[in-house]
Amino acid sequence: MSREIVIDPITRLEGHGKIHVFLDDAGDVDRAYLQIPELRGFEKFAQGRRAEDMPQITSRICGVCPMAHHMAATKALDDLFKVDPPAAAKKIRELVYSAFMFEDHALHFFFLGGPDFLVGPAAPKAERNILGVIGRVGLEVGKEVIGVRQQLRALIGQTAGKVIHPVFGLPGGLSRPLDPELQQEFAAAAARAVEFGKFALGVFRDVVLRTPEFVEMVTAEAYTHRTYCMGLVDQADKVTFYEGTLRVVDPEGREFLRCDPREYLAHIAEHVEPWSYMKFTFLKEVGWKGFTDGMESGVYSVAPLARLNASEGMATSFAEEAYEELVSTLGGKPVHHTLANHWARIIELVYAAERMAELAADPEILDSQVRTLPTAVPVEGIGVVEAPRGTLIHHYCTDSRGLITRANLIVATQNNAARIAMSVDKAARALIKGGEVDDALLNQVEMAFRAYDPCLGCATHSLPGQMPLIIAIHDPGGGVVREIRRD
Amino acid sequence: MPEAELERRFDPRIVAFFCNWCTYTAADLAGISRMEYPPGVRIVRLMCSGRVDPQFVLAAFRHGADGVLIGGCHPGDCHYQEGNYKARRRFELLRMLLRDMGIEGERLRLEWISASEGDKVARVCNEMTEQIRALGPLRLRAAPPRAGRPSAREAAGEGAGEPVVEEPVGEAAR
Amino acid sequence: MSKPKVAFYWGASCGGCEEAVVDLAEDLLSVVERVDIAFWPVALDFKRADVEALADGELAASFINGSVRTSEQAEMAELLRRKSQVVIAFGSCAQLGGVPGLANLHSREAILECVYQEAPSLVNEERTVPQLATHVPEGRVTLPSLLDSVRTLDQTIEVDYYLPGCPPPVPLIGAAVTALVEGKLPARGAVLAPDVALCAECPRSATKPERLLVKGFHRTHEVVADPEVCLLAQGLLCLGPATRGGCGASCIGGNMPCTGCMGPTSRVLDYGAKALSAIGSLLDSNDEEEIAALAGEIVDPVGTFYRYSLPASLLHRRAEPASRAGGSSS
Ligand code: SF4
Ligand code: SF4
Ligand code: SF4
Ligand code: FES
Repeated sequence: MSREIVIDPITRLEGHGKIHVFLDDAGDVDRAYLQIPELRGFEKFAQGRRAEDMPQITSRICGVCPMAHHMAATKALDDLFKVDPPAAAKKIRELVYSAFMFEDHALHFFFLGGPDFLVGPAAPKAERNILGVIGRVGLEVGKEVIGVRQQLRALIGQTAGKVIHPVFGLPGGLSRPLDPELQQEFAAAAARAVEFGKFALGVFRDVVLRTPEFVEMVTAEAYTHRTYCMGLVDQADKVTFYEGTLRVVDPEGREFLRCDPREYLAHIAEHVEPWSYMKFTFLKEVGWKGFTDGMESGVYSVAPLARLNASEGMATSFAEEAYEELVSTLGGKPVHHTLANHWARIIELVYAAERMAELAADPEILDSQVRTLPTAVPVEGIGVVEAPRGTLIHHYCTDSRGLITRANLIVATQNNAARIAMSVDKAARALIKGGEVDDALLNQVEMAFRAYDPCLGCATHSLPGQMPLIIAIHDPGGGVVREIRRD
Repeated sequence: MPEAELERRFDPRIVAFFCNWCTYTAADLAGISRMEYPPGVRIVRLMCSGRVDPQFVLAAFRHGADGVLIGGCHPGDCHYQEGNYKARRRFELLRMLLRDMGIEGERLRLEWISASEGDKVARVCNEMTEQIRALGPLRLRAAPPRAGRPSAREAAGEGAGEPVVEEPVGEAAR
Repeated sequence: MSKPKVAFYWGASCGGCEEAVVDLAEDLLSVVERVDIAFWPVALDFKRADVEALADGELAASFINGSVRTSEQAEMAELLRRKSQVVIAFGSCAQLGGVPGLANLHSREAILECVYQEAPSLVNEERTVPQLATHVPEGRVTLPSLLDSVRTLDQTIEVDYYLPGCPPPVPLIGAAVTALVEGKLPARGAVLAPDVALCAECPRSATKPERLLVKGFHRTHEVVADPEVCLLAQGLLCLGPATRGGCGASCIGGNMPCTGCMGPTSRVLDYGAKALSAIGSLLDSNDEEEIAALAGEIVDPVGTFYRYSLPASLLHRRAEPASRAGGSSS
C-alpha cells in the first residue's frame, strides 16, 4: 500500500506551499512534489494600468520583498520611457536597496532558515527558531539582530515613503532627494551593519564550520545538485544587486552566457506542469529536460550561492575575504551544495552592509537633482535586479499613452523552482527510509526548501520565555503523533 | 427563430434620475399629453441632477437596471446654479469607468430636458430603450452576498445595500 | 487566568500584512505576551487539524489577511469563523479585495490563459494549464480551485471588525490588539481607524485651497512635485479627500499622491464611486467638451479609483460581454 505524507503548509514564498511525499510499499520515497497552490494573475490585471503605477502595483506580489519588485519595476520604467536617472537618484536607489538586502538576509539567517543550523537540524522543533539561536549565541545578539533590522527598516520607510510597499520609484529617478539627516543616519546604520555582518560570519564559523556533523550535512549528496547558476555581475564580474550584466556559468563553472539582462527572452524560458500554479524557468539554449541536473538539463539556480558561483567574487573587502574562505573550504567553485546558501547569504549580507557604507559616504548622494523627466513615447521596457531570492525580471509593453498592454514577470523564486522541487524530492528520498518518518527527517526535507527561501518566523519578535509554543507532529492519517509544548 | 423572439421580448429596465424642477416636470407633461414612452423606464425624482451620486448609478446597475438615464435642467437653468455642471463632470468620469467595467456607453445617458420638453423625454426614453434592446440585457454576474458587516450599518441607520446621500448640492443659492 | 487565544491566517496575501505584524511585535512584546497564539501557519507549526480540534468560539479572535481566491482559503475562513468570537479583516485585501482584486476585471479563464499560454517567455507546446487533480505515476496530486472572482473576507464569512491599510499602519495594529486584550473593542462592524479623511491629518492640508479646482491632471512621471504643497493642488491625483486617515499620510511623506489604501470613511458604500465623485467635482470647467477632455486625462479610472477595492465595489467585477450585441442579426 502506498502511503502519502503531506506537509501543508510549509514555509511560504509568494503564496503558500505544499509538499506531497509518496511512499512505496517498502516505505521508501517514490517521489516528493512541491506544489504552489496559488495564482493571483498580476500579468493579466497589469493590463490597462498606467505604466508609472507598476512599481506600486507589483510590489503587492510580495510583501516580504516589496522593494525588489518596486525596484525592478522602476528600472523597467527607466527603460520604457528611455530616461537615465541622475547619478544621485541611482545612488539613493542602490543605498536603499542594499539596506533592504541586508535586513532581508538577516531575517532569514537568524530567524528562518538559519536556526536549522545554528541550533541543529535534529533539535526539537520548539528550539529551532530564534529562541534556540539566542540560546546558542546569547540574548544580546538576539536584541542586536532585532535592533539593526528595525533601524534599517525605519530608514527605508522614511526614504521610500513606506517600508512595506514603497512609493518613491519613478521613471528617471525618485520622487524626492535624500534628506541630509537621513544620510547621516544611513551612515551610522551602515557602520553598525558592517560590524554586525562580521559578527554573523563569526557565528557561522563557530557554530557551523566547527561542527563536523554540519559540514558533512552541507556537503551531503542529498543536498547537492549540479546545475547552471545565474546572477548579475558588475564590470569586474563581481556580485551586484541593483544593476549589472546577466551571467550564467555551467555546472563546471565555465561561463555559459553573458548578456544584457534586457535580452532575457532569448535565453530564459518557462515550462508549465499541471500540478503546480508555479511555472518553472530553464535555459532556452539547453532546453527543458525535466527535473534533473547536469550539463544537459536547462535547470539553473539563482539566489546567494548561485550569485557567488556566477561571479568572480565580491566587490568589497570583508565580503571578498569571506567569499575566498567559502570557496576554499568547500573545495573550489562552483559550489553545488544547496545548504551552502546560508553561508553565501551572510557573505552577501556583509557585502550589502559595506556597499551601504560606501554609498552613504558618497557626497554626491545628497544632490537635489534626482529626476530626469521623460520625453519619449513609451513602447517597451525591461527592468532586472537581484532580489534576495534571485534574479527578478519585469518586462512591460505599453500603448502610446503609457498604458500597459502586456506584462511579463519572472520572479526570483521561479528561477529556482525546478531546483527547489528537485532538492525537496532528493532530500526526501535520501532521508525517509522504510516508512520511518520523524520530525527531524521531515524538517530536513523542509530544510532543503528553506535554504532557498524562508517563511516568516513567528519567533522573530519574541525573546526567550515570552512565546509559548505548542508543536504537533502528525502521522499520514492526520492524527497527532507527538506534541512538544513550551508554555 | 426563438432566439429572435426572445430578443423582441426583452424590455430593458431603465432607471431614470430626473431633477425635480425641469426634467421631472417634463416627464409629467409627457404623461399628461399622452406621449408614449416605454414602461421599462422607472423614474426616480431628485431635487437636482447634481444630487445623482455615482453610487446611485452603480447601485441601479447592481440591482438589475439595464440602463441609467440622468435628466437635468439645461446649462444655466439649474435651480442650484451649478448642480447640472457637477453632474456633467461626474458623468464623464463615470462613463469612462463603466466602459472599463464592461458596461457600454449607451447604458448611461445624461440629457438636459427643460420643463416644457415633454416630447424630448419621450424621444430620449424610446431611443435609449431601443439602443439597449439591441445591446441585450446587462450581464452583471451576481456579487457574492455580503455575509458580514453586520451591525455597524444597522447601527448607523443605513439600509443594507442602499446608497447613502453624502453631499448635499452645496454652494447654490436658493 | 488563561490568556486569550488568537489566530492569524492569510488568504491570497502578499505577506506584507504578516510583515506588518512582525514590525509591530518587535515594539510591543508586552502585548504579544498577553495573548496565546493558537494558529499562525506562516510562523508556527500548528496545522489545520489543531484548529479543528478547538471548541467553537474558543479563539478570542482571528486576524485574517489577504483576499479569498481559492476554495481552500474559503474553507479555512469558515473554519476560523466557527472557532472565533471575533473575526478581524486585516488589511485592504481582506477588507476590500486589495490590489490583487483588480483581477476581477478579467475572467479566471483569461487569467489562466495569459499566464500559462500567452506569456512571451513560455515554451508550452502542449498548452498545459494547471489542473485541479493530476495523476502522476506515484498517485494523485491536487490543487485548490480558483474561485470565479476575488472576494473580500466579508463576502465569504461574517466579519466583526476591519483593520484597513495596505498593510495596516503599525500603530493601528497595536491599538487593535490592545483593545482586544482589554475588552475595549467598539461596536461590531467598526473599522478600527480614525473616521476622518486623510486630508485632515495631512501635513500639506494648509496648502490645499478651500475651494480647489483643477485645470488638468498630471501623471506622476510627468512632473517634479513640490514637496510642500498639496499634491492635488499641483494637479496630481491624490485621493486624500476620499480616503480614511490613520496612516500618517505616508505616501504624501514620500512626495507621492495617496492611492487610497485605507479605504473609505464610514457611510460610504463604494469607495471608487466616492473617490470619482470627489475628483470629478474638482474639474474646472462648465464646457462639455472641455470637461470630457479633462476627464479623459484620467486614463485608467478603474485602476485609479478602485486600486484596492474592486471586489468590494457595487459592481464587484467586470460585466460579461452582452450576448446579443447588435441584436437585429438573425
Ligand atoms: S493588504 Fe496589502 S500588505 Fe496586506 S496582504 Fe494585501 S497587498 Fe499585502
Ligand atoms: S489632497 Fe493629498 S496632498 Fe492634498 S491635503 Fe489631501 S492628502 Fe494632502
Ligand atoms: S497615503 Fe493613502 S495610499 Fe498611502 S498609506 Fe496612506 S491611505 Fe494608503
Ligand atoms: S435643478 Fe435641475 S439640474 Fe439642478
